[in-house]
Amino acid sequence: MAVGLPENIFITRLDAAANWARSNSLWPMPFATACCGIELMATAASRHDLARFGAEVMRFSPRQCDLLIVAGRVVMKMLPVLQRIWLQMPEPKWCISMGACACSGGVFDTYAVVQGVDRFIPVDMYVPGCPPRPEQLLAAVIDMQEKVRRTGTVMGREFAARDTSSGPTPFDLQEEHRIEDASLIQLGGFSAAATTMKRDA
Amino acid sequence: MVSLEELQSRFGEEIREKTFRDNRFIDVSSGVLLDVLSGLKADFGFSMLIDITAIDWLDYEGATDRFSVVYLLLNVETGERLTIRTAVNLPDPQLPSVCALWMSADWLEREVYDMFGISFSDHPDLRRILMPEEFAAFPLRKDYPLKGRGERHNFPVITRSEG
Amino acid sequence: MPLTPVATHGSESKEREYVWTLNFGPQHPATHTTLRLVLTLDGEKVLQAVPYIGYLHSGFEKLGEHLDFNQYVTIADRMNYLSPLANEIAWHHSVEKLLGIELTPRCKYLRTILAELMRLHDHLLNLGTTALDLGGFTAFLYFFQQREHIYDIVELASGQRFHTSYTRVGGVLFDVNTDWVNRVRKFIQNFPPVYEEVNRLLTKNRIFVDRTQGIGYLSREDAINLSATGPVARASGVERDLRRDDPYLAYNELDFDVICSTGGDCYARYLVRMQEMLESLRILEQAIENIPSGPVNIDVDSDMVLPPKPSVYRSIEGLIQHFEMIMPNRSHDVPREEVYAATESPNGELGFYIVGNNESRAWRARTRPPSFIHFAMFPHMIRDHQLSDVVAVLGSLNIIAAELDR
Repeated sequence: MAVGLPENIFITRLDAAANWARSNSLWPMPFATACCGIELMATAASRHDLARFGAEVMRFSPRQCDLLIVAGRVVMKMLPVLQRIWLQMPEPKWCISMGACACSGGVFDTYAVVQGVDRFIPVDMYVPGCPPRPEQLLAAVIDMQEKVRRTGTVMGREFAARDTSSGPTPFDLQEEHRIEDASLIQLGGFSAAATTMKRDA
Repeated sequence: MVSLEELQSRFGEEIREKTFRDNRFIDVSSGVLLDVLSGLKADFGFSMLIDITAIDWLDYEGATDRFSVVYLLLNVETGERLTIRTAVNLPDPQLPSVCALWMSADWLEREVYDMFGISFSDHPDLRRILMPEEFAAFPLRKDYPLKGRGERHNFPVITRSEG
Repeated sequence: MPLTPVATHGSESKEREYVWTLNFGPQHPATHTTLRLVLTLDGEKVLQAVPYIGYLHSGFEKLGEHLDFNQYVTIADRMNYLSPLANEIAWHHSVEKLLGIELTPRCKYLRTILAELMRLHDHLLNLGTTALDLGGFTAFLYFFQQREHIYDIVELASGQRFHTSYTRVGGVLFDVNTDWVNRVRKFIQNFPPVYEEVNRLLTKNRIFVDRTQGIGYLSREDAINLSATGPVARASGVERDLRRDDPYLAYNELDFDVICSTGGDCYARYLVRMQEMLESLRILEQAIENIPSGPVNIDVDSDMVLPPKPSVYRSIEGLIQHFEMIMPNRSHDVPREEVYAATESPNGELGFYIVGNNESRAWRARTRPPSFIHFAMFPHMIRDHQLSDVVAVLGSLNIIAAELDR
């Protein structure tokens, strides 16, 4: 009050005001594929009541959402759909990867399951558990709000800076060989021979 | 109860029977399979097809054929169950489709085709059902590795600045 | 009117210009999971529906060939995630048939109670979300509150509220105590008032009845020809219930009715599920008061179950036995045979076809998934209905994507 502002006026940064508004009105897009989806329902239902934290407006159209919750395992056939939904969401947007399967593939280390959605789309928050309890998801939403308040900018500058994938790359040596073999099979014929020649050289 | 003699007199002598716990298995050759199944449905009351599945016997000790295809039948009125097994082999594993007998066979046969590469002649719509269309292998065959051949890593990466 | 096979590929209706195509899913709230339908519409009338599945295919059956009988229970859990314990019971039912194990009376009762709790668990969510899709939010919230009580009960028994992984070959993970029994008793007391409330909300609700009666009709012949089981078949007049016809666990000692209807439409399936919940409650009442005492696992000398922890820590024999059970090539004595065994899961006949191979892993672990078979009927049932009936029929079939695609 030392500056002598009139009543009902306060000064803040534009970023802080925008973050305050954004963080308290997250609109989740539930990308619920499997078991975690049921726990997501439980989080929204009577006992746990996600509405207490201003994030209960589940919108099933990605155009209206700013928080993608990937709940459940994502398999080869589903990943292009997930990427398309992520691209359809307007900025600023965030992503919570809920459950062991979405984070890392979980118990499903098989031919069909993508080993963590963070390899192919950006992820801001990971929730462990198989499936996570509703309390854990609530905690993640609260942490997400904190993150938005701390790092957000009005024009979304913090997103532009991150132009490389933050997810892990296949680290397993055996796995890399398999990928190489698979691409050779796909190339087939002449180009396969060319690749082998290049490798030899 | 369907007696083995009755089946043998109708469909040939090479039909074999085996019982384990309370399951009854009838082994038939792929040539008479369709006759046996339609006969069982029409004359012995096996009106419900419970399941169709296949087994890959690669490297199984003592196995003589590469695949078995198994039909689980149920008589809804008496509750009697019967398991029909038949063998198929590479390079061209093929069986007649039973879609005309039971409508539910449609998807079950498509799944066997998708997972094992066993094709069914006269099937109205034999496409992959669980795996993507462009998938090249048959995942439940024993020579396909559990973790796949890298197909699951074969996607473009979206980063923050593109999103 | 009998159903005729419909061509689910390339359609001649495309020639008609006013026909349009609508893609439904794979990420759509009313499917609850990952189903995809391509609908050919004439105005709002559905001429043809082509389902595309596999959006959640995760290789369950391949994993079954790499994990041992006790490990695979964690995977079986995740198959029908509305009733995880029912899958575990079905899996170990088949394994125990392969190994020739006869359970102890206490374990039979315990598993029966859990199976019936899971039937309630499944029907509660299914009916709640069906109402939700048809515009009634309240029933969903009321029923979900009851599901939370069941979560608490299974959490008290197993330590996990969702995927319990509670059963083991020849028994269960831990025995239950009186506290648990009292919890179940309390649940049995508190459930009927909520049930009555929802019954009053939905059963004679004009909107709900109008949206479900006469929709998605399935005749008895078609139900048999399309291999329907469980509530879907019983609502079409197929009197089959494995609990009565092929008794397993403790069902032959308990008194209950098999609920059937001849309606064959979505409303009949709703009514069958509602009535089945009351029968489950009846079974629970009898079973919880009659749990036999005695050990819950079979005898340790059979070399089929893990020895109790005190004997592992305090005696060399117990330690050796534990080690032998855990080592992959020394545990169960598995016959080289094939076996099929099924249980009446909330959704229908859930069976496992297992091939044994002298080691404690299955050579082949095939699931007979009721959702997969029920979803195959969908194109037949939805033909010539309105677009808005799609969610009503989907809800009444109770399709679970993880079980559908495995």
